[in-house]
Amino acid sequence: MADLRSSSRSRDLDKLLLRPGHLVGPTFEPGAQLRDDLQEYVRILVVGAGGLGCELLKDLALSGFRNLEVIDMDRIEVSNLNRQFLFRLEDVGEPKAEVAAKRVMERVSGVNIVPHFCRIEDKELEFYSEFSIIVLGLDSIEARSYINAVACGFLEYDANDEPLEETMKPMVDGGTEGFKGHARVILPGMTPCFECTIWLFPPQVKFPLCTLAETPRTAAHCIEYAHLIKWDEVHSGKSFDPDNPDHMQWVYLEAAKRAQLFGIPGVTYSLTQGVVKNIIPAIASTNAIISAACALETLKIASGCSKTLSNYLTYNGLEGLHTKVTEFVRDKDCLVCGPGIFMELETSITLKLFIDQLEEHPKLLMSGASVTVRGKNLYMAAPPLLEEMTRSNLAIPLFELMDKSPTGIVHVTGTAGKGDKRQSCLRKLRVAFKANGITDTDMAGGA
Amino acid sequence: MIRLFKVKEKQKEEAGNANGRGPLKKQSAGELRLHKDISELNLPKSCTISFPNGKDDLMNFEVSIKPDEGYYMGGKFLFTFNVSATYPHEAPKVKCKTKVYHPNIDLEGNICLNILREDWKPVLNINTIVYGLYHLLTEPNHEDPLNQEAAAVLRDNPKAFKSNVRTAIGGGRVGDTYFARCI
Ligand SMILES: [Zn+2]
Repeated sequence: MADLRSSSRSRDLDKLLLRPGHLVGPTFEPGAQLRDDLQEYVRILVVGAGGLGCELLKDLALSGFRNLEVIDMDRIEVSNLNRQFLFRLEDVGEPKAEVAAKRVMERVSGVNIVPHFCRIEDKELEFYSEFSIIVLGLDSIEARSYINAVACGFLEYDANDEPLEETMKPMVDGGTEGFKGHARVILPGMTPCFECTIWLFPPQVKFPLCTLAETPRTAAHCIEYAHLIKWDEVHSGKSFDPDNPDHMQWVYLEAAKRAQLFGIPGVTYSLTQGVVKNIIPAIASTNAIISAACALETLKIASGCSKTLSNYLTYNGLEGLHTKVTEFVRDKDCLVCGPGIFMELETSITLKLFIDQLEEHPKLLMSGASVTVRGKNLYMAAPPLLEEMTRSNLAIPLFELMDKSPTGIVHVTGTAGKGDKRQSCLRKLRVAFKANGITDTDMAGGA
Repeated sequence: MIRLFKVKEKQKEEAGNANGRGPLKKQSAGELRLHKDISELNLPKSCTISFPNGKDDLMNFEVSIKPDEGYYMGGKFLFTFNVSATYPHEAPKVKCKTKVYHPNIDLEGNICLNILREDWKPVLNINTIVYGLYHLLTEPNHEDPLNQEAAAVLRDNPKAFKSNVRTAIGGGRVGDTYFARCI
């Protein structure tokens, strides 16, 4: 019985994985082995267990993946229940990741889902490096930008600035806003990363504060007045927490009072939440469609059963249905996914000499450079205060300042280019230190 | 693609902790861009910048402005900047920490400056904002009021406004509000 059931469950999947085809990817090897390997070896991380995340977990489990993990820092709220279909009334207050993992495991036999109830920043980088593919079901630019930086951080390039395939961490990113959504495939080093195309996200609408204070005309103006101005006036020092229902209720009541004063209609609690948290009401079917597209792309990346989406799909279900795929191009100088300029250095070179070398490097010709390595500002040419604080580093070998790591990424800012084209710029450098006959392990031991 | 994953599994075992790199910190694109802005700062003498959390946290800093002309000449005004990881997609959050009698800055330190909100563009930078703030102090305007009373006085009676500002920055009461000395 069990066998019959499992074979009927993978029937549709088998059509993709067991048979050859003419639209398949270059490395595709159909067969039962492929199906088993997908189950055994592929580990997928779903980031976010909200509207999109619930759909993604279900879709990926039903697509035959068995090793899933999910990370989300939120707890379930009553207002989630209309679309986050894995959650029930009695789950309110429980961590989303834990309940979502449990519900999908109850319904789909054979799948194992490990929940992580924490912030994405709380996990070590090693945690993210364990996964074959990272699938994003998020609603914030910040979180996407963070995961993108982590995933692109694993990417390494060879001496010819070609990305090393085995260091590539694919991402599939879904997003929805009301009736609109997108699904995209990010193969760092091959297709544009999130940062290459950050302009795709429209900037948040911000009203002038004086309009809010003096001449409100819309319900949103009244809400932002209560949120940005009135809150501080009344709660001196206590900061507003958008996830605290009492705070939200207070803003709503203040906004309603103000709306009445100016004769403005339309202030409701849900609009207050929407304006303050900058969210557009989610539509369950949009989430389902976008998630399906993302799950399919994940399956294609993992199995090679078809060429992947290239590389950005937009969906709009507002009037009829419009969907389109756009092939965006990489920003070759992207600070996050680009190769950067390669430099081979002696371990003895001081920071000062390194900065001097930037001036002569044919691809840089950079003068007055400031140098930063993984969040440590090694040298700042300006302002004077920081220059003074970092000046003592100039005499220290760069190798030591970089914790004796044999290779690393360095970012430099300065004035670069030739003649009239000289302008200030920020560049990524890939540095490697010459071994000098000493092995890496010796050097690590000497630290 | 699946062969890739098997290869990876093996490689990871071999690599293990061989390249023991120190604790990695992810530097956001916003941090990098801010690093550029800060290292290119070109502030007028009347402005000084400080970093309360040290040289490695550029995302939170303070700028003090001491206008050398206009109504607020001689006063010293402290502004806090809070920059997010999505900078410059998003403008920094700036507040005035010095309580000031000013038509475009309210008593909580909120500032009505277009480039901080509706007119922010990623091509702008920290230098632009500091100059904007400096301009706000030398040329207060009554057309974008956050402090209504101050704006009305500036519009109707600039002399009285001037005298109110002197009272406030010297440490004193304007109407019902007490301002601490900031000269
Ligand atoms: Zn990129």
